[in-house]
Amino acid sequence: MGERLIELRDIAKSFGRVYALGGINLHVDKGEVVGLIGDNGAGKSTLIKILSGVLKPTSGEILVRGRPVANWNAAKSREAGIETVFQDRALAVQQTIVTNIFMGRELSGFFGWLRVADEEREARRLMREIGFTSRVFTPQSIVGQLSGGERQGVAIARAIYKQADLIILDEPTTALSLTETDKVFHFVRQVKASGRSIIFIGHNIYHVFDIADRFVVLDRGTVVLETTRAETASAEQLINFMQRVAHPAANSGAGAQ
Amino acid sequence: MTDIAEPKQDKRGHMTTGAGSHDPIHPAERPMRRLFLANRAWLGTLGVFVVMMAVFIAANPRVFSSWGLYASVLTTLPVALFLTVPLVYIVTAAEIDLSFPATMGFAGWIFALVVQAGYDPFLGIVAAILTGMALGLLVGSLVVYANLSSLIATLGMNFMLRGLILMLTQSKSIALVTLDQTWAYRIFSSQVYGVPLQILWALAFVFVCALLYNRHRFGVQVHVVGDNPDSANEMGVDVKRVRVKAFVFMGLGAALAGVFSTMINFTWWPTSGDGYLLPVLASVFVGGTPTWGGIGTVVGGAIGALIVSFIQTGVVGAGLSGFYVQFFNGLIIILSLIGHRWNQVRYR
Repeated sequence: MGERLIELRDIAKSFGRVYALGGINLHVDKGEVVGLIGDNGAGKSTLIKILSGVLKPTSGEILVRGRPVANWNAAKSREAGIETVFQDRALAVQQTIVTNIFMGRELSGFFGWLRVADEEREARRLMREIGFTSRVFTPQSIVGQLSGGERQGVAIARAIYKQADLIILDEPTTALSLTETDKVFHFVRQVKASGRSIIFIGHNIYHVFDIADRFVVLDRGTVVLETTRAETASAEQLINFMQRVAHPAANSGAGAQ
Repeated sequence: MTDIAEPKQDKRGHMTTGAGSHDPIHPAERPMRRLFLANRAWLGTLGVFVVMMAVFIAANPRVFSSWGLYASVLTTLPVALFLTVPLVYIVTAAEIDLSFPATMGFAGWIFALVVQAGYDPFLGIVAAILTGMALGLLVGSLVVYANLSSLIATLGMNFMLRGLILMLTQSKSIALVTLDQTWAYRIFSSQVYGVPLQILWALAFVFVCALLYNRHRFGVQVHVVGDNPDSANEMGVDVKRVRVKAFVFMGLGAALAGVFSTMINFTWWPTSGDGYLLPVLASVFVGGTPTWGGIGTVVGGAIGALIVSFIQTGVVGAGLSGFYVQFFNGLIIILSLIGHRWNQVRYR
């Protein structure tokens, strides 16, 4: 595939004595959708938090476009063109849509004063861009008044503001209705068509299977399978594999490999 | 996956595509309504103040039509404003600071020492401000980096700093008799046509702080940090730094309060600031800033300070004895909290 966007080399993370990740190697190329799957506690969220700079890895190296980056943090991750839609959506629910979209990178001019008009115009544009027009709210609406799908919309609008090269969607379809889930998928295809990359994390393997070019299966902090869509016959094959990984003893008699 | 070309519209009309572009203007976008929604919190506080004053004036029109009563409130109100407004920032950041009375006393002491030593009061003001901000940094760092509860840690710092003042001064006050000869006094604290100048400075402070709160990067970050520190962190906001900054800002306000209090009285007392703890806390909450952080109002806090400082004058002026003051103090606090609760329903 195309140009290498980001690469994790031997990333390990431990919380005290607990190993969350033990030496992960993962790369994302330009324009591909990587489906990251794994059971609860497999280390998906920890990995995402490291990629987005919220957590610092205990050891390992992060390369952006082939170059290693020192002192990786949330601000540097965003600078590198990585935007994350977190599982909890990372919204401040008492603030306006505008404040949430520009959280952490407020548009400010002279002496830190906000460019309020610019922010509002941009927020309006973003909301329109993701097909998020409604008469019920404005950029000045309080996020706490929005429905789950609309909140997800705000989180996604925030992620596409900077024309990011890589968008990480952590369980973006959890707790969404069918139509809202469809909108998220529609958005993923749009992003992919525009040549940007996505890491899609999901519990629902059918969702991930539909959308990803490549699958990375995590289990207990390590990558246990890396395969492309072309090499995988069906979602069931992935599910079977994950079940064998999760319960090796139960299947050992059957001679699973 | 089949492609659903025609998006469904749910009951409330959410999640529709395309249709919204040439809709008539949204109700919340009409200028007057927008102005009202944006300023809803402090307009409520203003309502409380107007009703309270109406009751007082009806009770005793003669006393409340004399300028003297207002002049006396305007003399002492500025000190409360310099304390209340920064405290709104602290509460919005979901912290609390109980150390500001001692910081105010400490900064006022430094000001008095510099002036007493014969230096220009302007130099004293600079020294006081630096002291206040340094103490704010100390308190903030303790809370944020040592990860202490701000309620308890700042209470402890209040005792410690006050104790330090008492130990070092042996509880002696400092009188600044020549202060009224200086330019600093004329500019900051004299009277022009019966209006104490310090109220104008305090109002300017409130104005700048209100802008800073709503229209500045610092203000917005204080909001998001108080609202959801985890999210703010995930979005690259330096949460700890913002919190410490809020405490430094509180120190700045406390220093200004200490300077003005000393200039108004021509004297610095070792207990300077002590009496402000509870009224200032009450002002913030009466003003419409809730306790849970994330939202608040600077202008409301200023009106809250006005309400609190008028209660005592008003109750006595209305012809009741001083024994009634505390009761009405409490009554107005409770009534305005109920009012704000009702007003804030839309947020939660």
